[in-house]
Amino acid sequence: MKDKSILELRSLIDEGKITSEEVFNESIKMANDSQGTVNAFVTIIDKYSKEESDSLLSGIPYALKDNFSTKGILTTGSSNILKDYIPVFDSTVYKKLKEAGAVLMGKTVLDELAMGGSGLTGHTGIVRNPLDNTRITGGSSAGSAAAVAMGTVPFAIGSDTGDSVRKPASYCGVVGFKPTYGRISRWGMFPFASSLDHVGVLTRNVMDAAIVTDVIKGKDEKDMTTLEDESFKYSENLESSLEGKKLFYIKEILESAALGEAKEVASNFYDVIHKLKEKGCIVEEISFRKDLLEVIYPTYFIISCAESTSNNSNLTGFIFGPRGKGDTPEEVMINTRSEGFAEMIKRRFIIGSYILERENQEKLFLNAKRVRNMIVTEMNKLFEKYDGLVLPAAGGVAPKINPSEEVDRLGDEYLLLENHLAIGNFGGYPSITLPSGFIGNMPIAVNLTCKVKDDLNCLQIAYQIEKTLGGER
Amino acid sequence: MYKAVIGLEVHTELNTKSKMFSGSKNEYTKEANANISEIDLALPGILPLPNIEGVRKALKLAMCLNCETPDEVMFDRKNYYYADLPKGYQLTQMTRPFGKNGYLDIDVNGKSKRVRIHQLHLEEDSASMTHESTYSLLDYNRAGVPLIEIVTEPDMNTIDEVVEYLENLRSIIKYAGISEASSEKGQLRVDVNISMMKEEDTTLGTRAEIKNINSFNTVKEVIAYEMKRQEELLSSGGKVVQETRRWADDEKKTVSMREKVDAIDYRYYVEPNIPVVKLNSEFKEEIRKSIPVLPMERMKKYVSLGVSEKDAKSIVREKSISDYFDEVLLYNIDARDASNWLTTRLMGYMNQNNLTIDEVYLRPDMLASLVSLVNTGKISSQQAKDVFVFSLEEEKTPLEIVKEKGMEQISDEETIREMVREVISSNPNQYEAYKSGKTALLGFFVGQTLKVSEGKANPAVVNKLVQEELNK
Repeated sequence: MKDKSILELRSLIDEGKITSEEVFNESIKMANDSQGTVNAFVTIIDKYSKEESDSLLSGIPYALKDNFSTKGILTTGSSNILKDYIPVFDSTVYKKLKEAGAVLMGKTVLDELAMGGSGLTGHTGIVRNPLDNTRITGGSSAGSAAAVAMGTVPFAIGSDTGDSVRKPASYCGVVGFKPTYGRISRWGMFPFASSLDHVGVLTRNVMDAAIVTDVIKGKDEKDMTTLEDESFKYSENLESSLEGKKLFYIKEILESAALGEAKEVASNFYDVIHKLKEKGCIVEEISFRKDLLEVIYPTYFIISCAESTSNNSNLTGFIFGPRGKGDTPEEVMINTRSEGFAEMIKRRFIIGSYILERENQEKLFLNAKRVRNMIVTEMNKLFEKYDGLVLPAAGGVAPKINPSEEVDRLGDEYLLLENHLAIGNFGGYPSITLPSGFIGNMPIAVNLTCKVKDDLNCLQIAYQIEKTLGGER
Repeated sequence: MYKAVIGLEVHTELNTKSKMFSGSKNEYTKEANANISEIDLALPGILPLPNIEGVRKALKLAMCLNCETPDEVMFDRKNYYYADLPKGYQLTQMTRPFGKNGYLDIDVNGKSKRVRIHQLHLEEDSASMTHESTYSLLDYNRAGVPLIEIVTEPDMNTIDEVVEYLENLRSIIKYAGISEASSEKGQLRVDVNISMMKEEDTTLGTRAEIKNINSFNTVKEVIAYEMKRQEELLSSGGKVVQETRRWADDEKKTVSMREKVDAIDYRYYVEPNIPVVKLNSEFKEEIRKSIPVLPMERMKKYVSLGVSEKDAKSIVREKSISDYFDEVLLYNIDARDASNWLTTRLMGYMNQNNLTIDEVYLRPDMLASLVSLVNTGKISSQQAKDVFVFSLEEEKTPLEIVKEKGMEQISDEETIREMVREVISSNPNQYEAYKSGKTALLGFFVGQTLKVSEGKANPAVVNKLVQEELNK
C-alpha cells in the first residue's frame, strides 16, 4: 500500500485485492518501523476499528495530529503538561472521519502545543525528515507531514496557524492544504491562536486533498465561526482549465531570493510560472508594500503569542493532565505550569502577557491587529483582479537539524521568503502548497493562495499546476 | 459633618434553561458536579456557544433600566488565574456591554431620586469552592451560569437609598422574569463601594470596596459599619486606604482583603471564537415589547386610584400580587377598599400559611365580589370577614358562602320594623325608662333587634327605625 493514493487504495479494497484491515496493519507496521529514525508518532493505534460507510475514505488509514481531541485515546499536544491526558470528547474532524469509515492509525508529533515550525520541540523527541534524516520536517504538523511523506498513510490531518501544514508539506515533498477559515470546524482542536488557527490536510496529491476536505468540511453548530455548507464536492469538480486564470506573484518577495539556495528556489519558481503561462494561465508580477511584508512575522508573532497565552490558561492541572505538587491551589497551578511547559513555550506566554498588558495593548496588540487588517485589505483588492497568489512555499529545502550556522530570522531574505504564508492565516484564505521540484534530493514547493471561500478555485488551479508539473505523484 | 457616597455592583444569576456558553443545565442542585460538560470544565479544544436566551434576558434588563443598548453582541476575555476559573479567563463584556448610561428612579421616604446605571453586562459565573483544612473542593455546577452585573454611579448617600434601590432593582428583575433574584440562594450578590466626604468637598473621598454581600440586611450592616469606620478615621486625621474588604459576620465588622483594587490588570481582549453578531432593531423591539409595566409605574397608578402609598408599595413588590390586584381592579370596585382587603387580610393569610398569591383559593373576581357585597350593603363588613375566612377554608366563592349560610343582610324596612316592634313590646320596662328620659337605652333596642335578626339586619336601617318607633 506504500505510496498509494486514496483512490488507488479505494479500488484495491473495493476489488477485494486487499482488506482495509490489511492496509491498516501494513500502515502501523511501517509506522512502528520508522519510529526509531523518523519518530513521527506519539501514539500508534494497535487495534483496527472501523465504522460502516460508503464514503471514499471508508477503510482508508490516516494519521491525526496529536492536538485533535480523540475520546478515549491519549492526546498530548506533544507537551508534558498533557502527557497523560485522555479526552472524554471527540473533535469534529475526528468524528467526521470516523463516521466516513476512515481508520485512525496514529496520533502524530507536533511542535509543543503547535507553537513552532521545526518539529524538534515535541515532548516525545525530535521528528526527522524521512527523505533525509539529518534534516527537519518543519512544523508544527511535523509527524503528519512525515507520515504522508513516508507513505505510511495516504493522508494526515494537521493544523495551521502561521504555516504549520504548508511549510512542512514543502519540506517533506507532499501536498498541504488549509481551506478558508471556518470551512472546517475547530471544535476539539487544541487552540493556539484562535483567530489564526485552521485545520489542514496533508496528502500526496491535490485530488486526495479535495477528497479529505469534502469529508471534514461543513457547518458545525459547535464552532460558531464555521461557514454555511456548500452543496457540492470539491473532488467531483476539480477538472477545469488554466486558460484565462489570472495569478500574481509579489516582486519584493522574489527579489529577496537572490542568493544561494533561495536563488535556486526562485529559478524553479520562474520555471513553474513559465509552464503555467504555456497552458494559457496569466501570471503577473505585482509590487506590494515592502514595509507591510516586513512586518508579517512580528504581526503574526504578537497576535499568536497574545492569543495563545489566554488559550492555554486552562492548563493548570486541576481538572485534567498531570497535577503538580503544592499546599495551596496557587502552588499547584504554578508547579504544574512550571514543570509542564518547555522554556520556549513559557517565553511565548510571558511575551503574550506582556503584549496584552494595559499599557502595551494599544501599541503592540491593537497595532498588530491593524497591520493584519491593512495586509488583508491590500490582498482582498488584489483578489478582486486575480484568482490567486502564487509564491515559493519556502526559501529553500528542509534545513539541517543541527545547522552549521544560525539563520538570521529578521534578515531580509528570511523575513520575506519564509513568512509570507502567514498571509493565508491573516485573511483566512484557502492556501495550498504543492511540490514543484528538487534541489539535490530534497523537495521544494510552490504555494497558491486564493480569496476567502474560493476553495474550489484554489483546488482546481492547484490540480492543473500539479498536472502541468508532471502529473500526480 | 461627613456624608457617605455609595455605588453598588449587583450580580444576579439569570434563570435560563442552560448555561451561558454551554448546553449544561442551569439549575441549582445539591449534587456536586452534576451539571457539567467539557465546555464548563474547559477541556482542551472546546469553543463557546452563546445562549441566545441569556442575551435576550440581559438586554431586557438593560432596557428596563433605561440603558443604551449596543448594535452588536460581543464578548471579551478577562484573563486571570484562579482555581475556580476553569478556562483561566472569564467571558464577560468590556467592549460592548449590553447596557450603558441608564437609570433607575426610586422613591425614598416620599422623595423621588434617580440612581444612574453606569453599566450592565453579561458574563459567566465561576465554580464554587469550599476550603477544608488541608484541601479545597471544587463544584463546577455554577461554572458558566449566566450572570449579570449592574454597576451604578456613586449616586447614593444613605442606607435608606441603598435599600430602596436594591428592593426596586430586585422587583424589576423579577418583573422582567429573568431571575428568581433570591438573595438566600445567592442569586443576588452585592459589592458596595463607599467613601465619605464633607458636604463642602468637591472631590470624592478614597473608597473601600466590600465584596460579595449576600443579603440586604448585611448590606445595611456593612454600610453602617463602614460609615462609622471611615468617619472615625477621617475625623481623627487618618486616611482611608483604597482596598477591597469583606464582611466578617461573626465579628460584625469589615476586614481588609487586599489593597489597590485597580492594580490588577485583567488583560481584556475580544473573544475571537464568537463572531460579531448584529442586533437588528426587530430583535430589540421584540424584547422591548416583552417588558411588562414596571413597579414604579404601577405604584403611581394605584396611588392615583386612592390606594395609600404604603399599600401600593407593598402590592408592587411582587409582580404576581400586582398582577392579581390589576385583575381585581377590572371589576370596577373601590381600589382603596380592595387594597385594604389584599394587603391586610389576604397577604396576612398568605404569610401565615406560606402560600403564594397564585396558590390561594380566592381569585381576583372573588375578592372583587366580596368588596362589592360590602359596598352595596348586601353584607356587613363584620359578615364580610367571616365570608372571607369561610371562602378560603371551604373553597367556595363569597357569593356561595353568603347564600349557603343565609348571611345576606336584611335591609327591607317593613321586615325590620316588625322586628323593632316585637323587641319594644317584649321589653316594656326598658321602653318606659326610655320614654322617661333614659335615651341611652336606644343602643339596647338596636342591639336586641340585631340579635333577633341573627345579625342579618342592616345596622343603619335598624338604628333609623328604632328611633322612629321609640319616638312615636
